[in-house]
Amino acid sequence: MNFMSRENGLLSWLLTGDHKRIAILYLISITCFFFIGGALAGLIRLELLTPQSDLMASDTYNKVFTMHGIIMIFLFLVPSVPATLGNFFIPMMIGAKDLALPKINLLSWYMYVVGGILVIYTMVAGGVDTGWTFTTPLSTHYVNTNVMSTGMAIFVAGFSSIFTGLNFIVTIHKMRCPGMTWFRLPLFVWSNYAASILMVLGTPVLAITIVLVALERTVGIGVFDPTKGGDPILFQHLFWFYSHPAVYIMILPGMGVISETISTFSRKRVFGYTAVAFSSVAIAVFGFFVWAHHMFIMGISNYSMLVFSLLTMLVAVPSAIKIFNWTFTLYKGSITFETPMLYSFGFMGLFTIGGLTGVFLGASGTDIHLTETYFIVAHFHFVMVGGMLMAFLAGIHFWWPKMTGRMYPEKISQLAAVVTFIGFNLTFFPQFILGTLGMPRRYAAYPPEFQILNVFSTAGATILGVGYLLPVIYLVWSLKYGEIAGNNPWQATGLEWQTQSPPLTENFVINPVMDHEAYDYDWLENQGVKEVASVG
Amino acid sequence: MNDISPVMWQFLVKWLTNFALYPPEASKIAPQMDALYFFMVLVSLIGLTIVVLLVLAFSVLYRKDRHPHAVQIEGSTLLEATWTIIPLGLFLIMFVWGALIYFRVYTPPANAMNIYVVGKQWMWKAEHPGGQHEINSLHIPTGQPVQLTLISQDVFHSFSIPAFRVKREAIPGRYTTVWFEPTTPGTYHLFCTQYCGTDHSQMVGEIVVLSPDDFKKWLASSTSGNSLAQDGERLFASLQCTTCHNANPASRGPVLAGIYGSKVTLSTGQVVTADDAFIRESILFPSQQISQGYAPIMPTFQGQISEEGVIELVEYIKSLDSYNRVRQTTNTTELLPGSERTGAPVQTQPAPQGKVNQ
Amino acid sequence: MSDSPAVMHAETADSHHEHPAYQRHHFESVAQQFDATNFAMWLFLLTEVMFFGGLFTAYLIMRNWYYPAFVEASHQLNIGWGTANTSVLILSSFTMAMGVYNAHMRRKSGLVFCLILTFILGLGFLGIKSIEYTEKYEKHHIPGFHYSMSSFLNPASDPEVHNSYPDDKPLGLDMARHTELYFFLYFAMTGMHALHMIIGIAILGYLIVRAQAGDFTTGHITYIENFGLYWHFVDIIWIFLFPLLYLISRH
Repeated sequence: MNFMSRENGLLSWLLTGDHKRIAILYLISITCFFFIGGALAGLIRLELLTPQSDLMASDTYNKVFTMHGIIMIFLFLVPSVPATLGNFFIPMMIGAKDLALPKINLLSWYMYVVGGILVIYTMVAGGVDTGWTFTTPLSTHYVNTNVMSTGMAIFVAGFSSIFTGLNFIVTIHKMRCPGMTWFRLPLFVWSNYAASILMVLGTPVLAITIVLVALERTVGIGVFDPTKGGDPILFQHLFWFYSHPAVYIMILPGMGVISETISTFSRKRVFGYTAVAFSSVAIAVFGFFVWAHHMFIMGISNYSMLVFSLLTMLVAVPSAIKIFNWTFTLYKGSITFETPMLYSFGFMGLFTIGGLTGVFLGASGTDIHLTETYFIVAHFHFVMVGGMLMAFLAGIHFWWPKMTGRMYPEKISQLAAVVTFIGFNLTFFPQFILGTLGMPRRYAAYPPEFQILNVFSTAGATILGVGYLLPVIYLVWSLKYGEIAGNNPWQATGLEWQTQSPPLTENFVINPVMDHEAYDYDWLENQGVKEVASVG
Repeated sequence: MNDISPVMWQFLVKWLTNFALYPPEASKIAPQMDALYFFMVLVSLIGLTIVVLLVLAFSVLYRKDRHPHAVQIEGSTLLEATWTIIPLGLFLIMFVWGALIYFRVYTPPANAMNIYVVGKQWMWKAEHPGGQHEINSLHIPTGQPVQLTLISQDVFHSFSIPAFRVKREAIPGRYTTVWFEPTTPGTYHLFCTQYCGTDHSQMVGEIVVLSPDDFKKWLASSTSGNSLAQDGERLFASLQCTTCHNANPASRGPVLAGIYGSKVTLSTGQVVTADDAFIRESILFPSQQISQGYAPIMPTFQGQISEEGVIELVEYIKSLDSYNRVRQTTNTTELLPGSERTGAPVQTQPAPQGKVNQ
Repeated sequence: MSDSPAVMHAETADSHHEHPAYQRHHFESVAQQFDATNFAMWLFLLTEVMFFGGLFTAYLIMRNWYYPAFVEASHQLNIGWGTANTSVLILSSFTMAMGVYNAHMRRKSGLVFCLILTFILGLGFLGIKSIEYTEKYEKHHIPGFHYSMSSFLNPASDPEVHNSYPDDKPLGLDMARHTELYFFLYFAMTGMHALHMIIGIAILGYLIVRAQAGDFTTGHITYIENFGLYWHFVDIIWIFLFPLLYLISRH
């Protein structure tokens, strides 16, 4: 008897309050949207094989990259780790039976689905071609595509995000089991907590920005229109006030996963636990004060530039601290190379590159040359795909045995990790060079001398696609044919591993009491092997 | 390089161009920016190497079969301090260095030659002060600081010259400026880098850098007849600005002769500099910049003139030292700095249309 | 705010059902349930602050740039109605607070009475707002719908306002255009506020029905207390809106 077998029937899933079932619902929907967004990426790379805009009309290309951005950011990256792994494991990690607000949790999934349906509607109705950044006055006065439905979609999906974050913050504050002090929490919880702060405080500003754009588009007032006395730069400030913290919403939960995997597969407490915990919160706090580094060339004052550039340099430091802490977690550990660890190593290398190239952009002088080119595209794909997506895959593989009770085949999963890493580098590293050479982003056509690098990039994308398809295949296969996992196949220390796989609906048979530190491998050894019967 | 055969040389150049890792350096600021860029690449490579080597080394030394018992280590304040302070220090160096370059790119020298650029969906229009108009191209001389005053007629665009390492947003509703000094004759890419709609990828052009002599020849051969200031004078009269802005002591509007660059006191008491933006705002949104001592009666011309028209008026007002007619001339070489152009009247030689004063 | 749950010893999950019916199963105690949901409501209100914050930012910037237009446009608002609305809302916050008190004291009739009063006052606020909105419609001051600048280009053509503010000068055309921007922000901010009022009143209706059934006077005060927080928040937003929109030139 476990949370999956307890009740059957569609309604028991669609009306569930169980955080684990909601996590699975999210996982299925997020995966669907990931592949739609991925197909759009494939179209982009196909077009860019040749210098001419010959595969599709310019308008179509513009719609393709816009939808790719919107789907990947709002329907995949933002909810990926929090809504799936966070939902599933935060209550278990803190020893609680569920999140604080189960109905709000279910509501957040429905809002996600509604947002997703609105996005699908937008695509079917002809798409939108404003770019995911829907800059005004282009989006308010100069396009006649489906801006309104897109705005509504993001508005609704934003509420999904707000409710998830709100739920996490309340749960982490109020529902920790006896003995679970803040500094005994797994670092995964700390990271999601920091991301939740960003979700809760930042997303409403995006919501009001969308409302203002919608009003301007329908009523036509001109709060962003210079011919009517408005200011398009005001839009930029409002938009980036959310959209910069959004990138930290996207990466922090991934960093939380890495803390868990690196610790487990080196059998060691994370080096500098307190530093990593505080770095997560520091990233969240500083992340709110750097937004105008997206606006360096837009005519902001020199004084503004100095402030934002300096703060951007400061926000880079906690991420560096984390990378070093993870590296030193390996020191004198006892390391094995299962799939989650391979993805984690990939994360560390690729996120380091992505993060460092962010510094190139934070220094305003070099930003002048590099901004709005493929350098930016490469930078954010390194941190988001090389970083976050790898971390998400690490987490899925790490916790798959716990969620499903099954192991996936090890060799093919390790192969998929390596294929993904190679494909990723081939796809996105040439884009740094393209950007330095000056190739602008969002271009369907480009000067012929850029072709060879674009061809490399497309070739890499093909390999990357294979790398992402493989896990879907073998993970689904493992549901029926995978080896039975047992409670704790990795011998990890978290509370979630001390109970059966898949877990009970109430998570724990006996309410836990936390009487040891996080990542306490000595405590784990003293437990011996507790085999609670895993049924189903 | 005499011992390298021409064929090899051609091959080398072609190889370098096709496998270039960075664009040609064709402006004075380009090598400076590249220096910072390569410093960052170096630091990144070192940082990445350190991380990768450590991860690899630890993975080998401490893999399970070799090191079966992990040693639980809490942390090390010394290490934490080290890897906080060193990255912070390096990032702060980059911050300062980057800021200095940023200031340099966006602070034009006083002797820069000004060219107006209007961006619109989906083309660039460049207007030389001598009246030469270009679409999707820009001819400029080497050895001469050139300032661009940019504005957009519709949405955001971005004027980007990778070879010069400069880029600036063209924003609807306000002027932005950038400057550079080309060093090497040649033709370089011009891109619009801010997504602006359907034909964003087609909004590209050429930056043609000529030697100063070639540039003078080009100016002479491309003139449309009137300089921007002359067109502006015509517009000034046709819009009946002279009704209030004239040499009459009882005129209802402030005197515009000599106003450019001077300090103006507004009715709110605020003191502002009468620069390009001020003049543009005064034409389009006069209620917000009533000069002290004058009634707020100036009508707005918004919707009645295009950005090009505004530019012509701005140029005209810049050139005014009195309300006498702007001197007729097509010799725009006098407009090049080095001839003390700024604020000074143009030469008095009336030349027939189309002929160049040699 | 306590940070740890009340239960201090391990117990099995399904051991006994010695908790009130209204305690949800994932909570260890009623105190934890109340604590958590109360905290959640505070957090939600924080998101609302961020939401309105964007509008307030836009308003403050535009008012700073176009002060003359904003002043004259604000004179079109009736300070009498605005003050009435402010008093109505403050009174309704008082009745709501009394409702919470009654819930704590387990006095059903008192609670229902206070909730009904709050409901009526809320409707009163919306009624006054619709009077004001209708007035704007009649004078063609709704942005985008046959907006008319005549009151600002020529204040004498609007005797009602002109008599109260004889010192208002005619605005130039470019400045007069910005009055439309003022009204846009006026409708956006008060409209967003009114929307929150409507949602609040609807929830209040539901709470009255359940209060009458006795659900909130058995110790289960969570709903009433948290709704009270929401109601006070909506009141506070208005208290900021009123001086910003109505009292620009009064100092």
